[in-house]
Amino acid sequence: MTAARKLLRRIAPQLITLVAVILLVSLYYPDFYKVVLVNDRLVGIPIDVLKRCAPVALLAIGMTLVIATRGIDLSVGTVMAICGAAAAWSIDQGYGLWGALAIAGAAGLVCGVWNGILVAVLGIQPIVATLILMVAGRGIAQLITNGTILTFDSDAFSYLGSGTLIGVPVPTVIWILTGIAVGLLVRRTALGLLIEAIGVNLRASTLAGINSKVLLIAVYVASGLCAAMAGIIATADIRGADANNAGLWLELDAILAVVIGGNSPLGGRFSIVASLLGALIIQTINTGILLAGFPSEFNLVIKAVLVIVILVLQSPRLMLLQDPVHLPFLRKRAAPTPPAEVRK
Amino acid sequence: MLLSTRDLTKTFPGTKALDAVNFDLKAGEVHALLGENGAGKSTLVKCLTGAYRRDSGDILFDGRPVFPQSTLEAQAIGIGTVYQEVNLLPNLTVAENLTLGHQPRRFGMIRPRAMQALAEEMLQGYGIDIDVRRQLDSCSVAVQQIVAIARAVHLSGRVLILDEPTASLDAREVAMLFDVVRGLRDRGLGIIFISHFLDQVFEISDRLTVLRNGRHIATHPVADLDRMQLITAMLSHELQHTTSHRLQRSADTSGDAIRFTGVGRRGRIAPFDLTVRPGEVIGMAGLLRSGRTESAEVLFGAVSSDSGTVTDARGAVDLHNPRSAIAAGFGFAPEDRKTDGIVAELTVRENIILALQARQGWARPIRYAEQLRIADDYIARLDIRTPDAEKPVGLLSGGNQQKVILARWLATHPRFLILDEPTRGIDIGAHAEILRLIEEVVARGMSILVISSELDELVAVSHRVIVVRDRTHVAELTGADVDSDRILRAIADPHASAEVAA
Repeated sequence: MTAARKLLRRIAPQLITLVAVILLVSLYYPDFYKVVLVNDRLVGIPIDVLKRCAPVALLAIGMTLVIATRGIDLSVGTVMAICGAAAAWSIDQGYGLWGALAIAGAAGLVCGVWNGILVAVLGIQPIVATLILMVAGRGIAQLITNGTILTFDSDAFSYLGSGTLIGVPVPTVIWILTGIAVGLLVRRTALGLLIEAIGVNLRASTLAGINSKVLLIAVYVASGLCAAMAGIIATADIRGADANNAGLWLELDAILAVVIGGNSPLGGRFSIVASLLGALIIQTINTGILLAGFPSEFNLVIKAVLVIVILVLQSPRLMLLQDPVHLPFLRKRAAPTPPAEVRK
Repeated sequence: MLLSTRDLTKTFPGTKALDAVNFDLKAGEVHALLGENGAGKSTLVKCLTGAYRRDSGDILFDGRPVFPQSTLEAQAIGIGTVYQEVNLLPNLTVAENLTLGHQPRRFGMIRPRAMQALAEEMLQGYGIDIDVRRQLDSCSVAVQQIVAIARAVHLSGRVLILDEPTASLDAREVAMLFDVVRGLRDRGLGIIFISHFLDQVFEISDRLTVLRNGRHIATHPVADLDRMQLITAMLSHELQHTTSHRLQRSADTSGDAIRFTGVGRRGRIAPFDLTVRPGEVIGMAGLLRSGRTESAEVLFGAVSSDSGTVTDARGAVDLHNPRSAIAAGFGFAPEDRKTDGIVAELTVRENIILALQARQGWARPIRYAEQLRIADDYIARLDIRTPDAEKPVGLLSGGNQQKVILARWLATHPRFLILDEPTRGIDIGAHAEILRLIEEVVARGMSILVISSELDELVAVSHRVIVVRDRTHVAELTGADVDSDRILRAIADPHASAEVAA
């Protein structure tokens, strides 16, 4: 099986789900596919989805790595708020675009190192360790903004949130490039294998000579940096840092994206592409519900129903979307392991 | 007979955990069940208590065949079990633990006073005087054990299985527990006692049964047996006449030896000296928990040494963690393959290159074609039975998993490889192949330390054998002295009486 074929087989359930969700939305909103060029900007629902999913997509990249090590990072929404506040404060203090980016990135780095040390060195369970920052971090963000919405005026900075590059929204460019960069980093080096190994069996991996402590800290740092980028985009988009609401509940959407991406919460094998498709699926649902014109109080319920349906269809018990029998165009050379062989 | 098994057989992938075992328990006896790791003790107990379903054979209770499907059903039949880790609820009171599931009730509401009265009644005759309203975890471990026993006896009442009950007790608590056990025996219960403390076995048991590699080896009244005979039965000693120590090829004494001086770890293994010469196989013998695995962990840096030095021809060797040990050219195939060895979800290929890749660092990946070449090479050389290199290693049999671990280390070309029970729980064919492999790599100058319960295996492959007892290296046999009888005598030294965990 070639590498491309393997990848296609891995992400087939997510691709099918995405297509199905898009078809469902376009039933209610036939103009869904229309994309036009206005003032050198691409405008249309698909472009809007690709732009709005940026924060969750960025968080999902880091979250995929963390979950692959059998961990979880509940603090990413809060880290977004901290980094966004730090960026707004830096602009306010006159440090300029690069100063703001450096300070926001450093804040994300520090948050990641904090989480990583709690998990890898002190051995605290990831869900508890990151819960600390999730709760306390909002307070830190509020201290940075003095409890108000800290607005700023910097065209260079807000370009990151609302600008376009050759017609494409900058947030879209950022999350796609980040996804490609991280994907290449973990698959072109041995990082991906080593992360999967410690996620499956930490003790055996350590005995095989893997520096599991450093690797664990590194994935939480990666998650912190991804959250910093998401925070910068969110802040730039609204030209202000809202410590109370920036990134609120987004950690849950990020986890959901990873799970819809077919990555096991028990660690091990992971696919960043599949998580990004998961983020796209979530955003398509969010946007679709608004477009379909349901009263807003229905939104969360409809989203919940769709997510349940997707997860049930993907569940190992049903295997509807994983079983090659149901994917005729992939059936060739896909050899399902007969259970008899497992028992032998 | 109160409880018997007839030709009880249980197979796991790649290994026969129980092979036609016949076992008899009389009413009113304490029957010790002995054997090394993987001998089949716990599998036998789990079949008796319904935790496992047997493949074939009969379990007879009072002469009638029974088919327990769960521990609850086994309890209803009359078979109760108390495990080493007390399986009670530490945050409830003693009375609640004793009566859980059958509390006296009125209109569905628990009657606290009746419950306490019942609990006090259940504890009568156990010689402990405690307030049953106390929370369980405020009691000593010994009292918790006795509470667990009282509960098991109350619910089942005929057969009591004690699985390593004394592992975390001190000498006084052991005496207290044994008084309880004797009292139950005199009431006519049949008690199965599993322990690796031989002194305790001799003290409390009436009869004992030895299992080895899933087979019933012997059942004797304790009075007929001495320590030496017991250990002989527990450790494999069958091929004495067909294998002999190979004196013809002595180890190279000129080369670059690794010298461990005074390394050890407080509470795990007393400081010891060891010189490892190129091309040498060092055997390590001792009973379970004697300090043999602990020695290996210190040698590999899995548990860092708190004393002593390690040097080779180039100077000091840093062994503060596995990574540094691997950098120094060491390898370690641990005893527990499942938890410490394989990375089950990853493929055979990935498992084989894991240590090599970890040593190279993440930034220098081994190319896929190269990985495949290494994996296919070792699959062929070690005859690993797998359809291809991309099968998850967790789906292979035990013997093949062990070969994958060996391949992982051989791929790093170590100079010193530590093998902890490399042949446990694997079939005869793979067994012989692994021994042949050891000879092959040693001939090319690698040094190997083999830990094994199979004395004949040690005698066959080792240039010298170190005997470990009570967390101390007590003897080293070299040359013509390497034979099973001498090893057994060193392990069984009658002066070793400190086995009761202090």
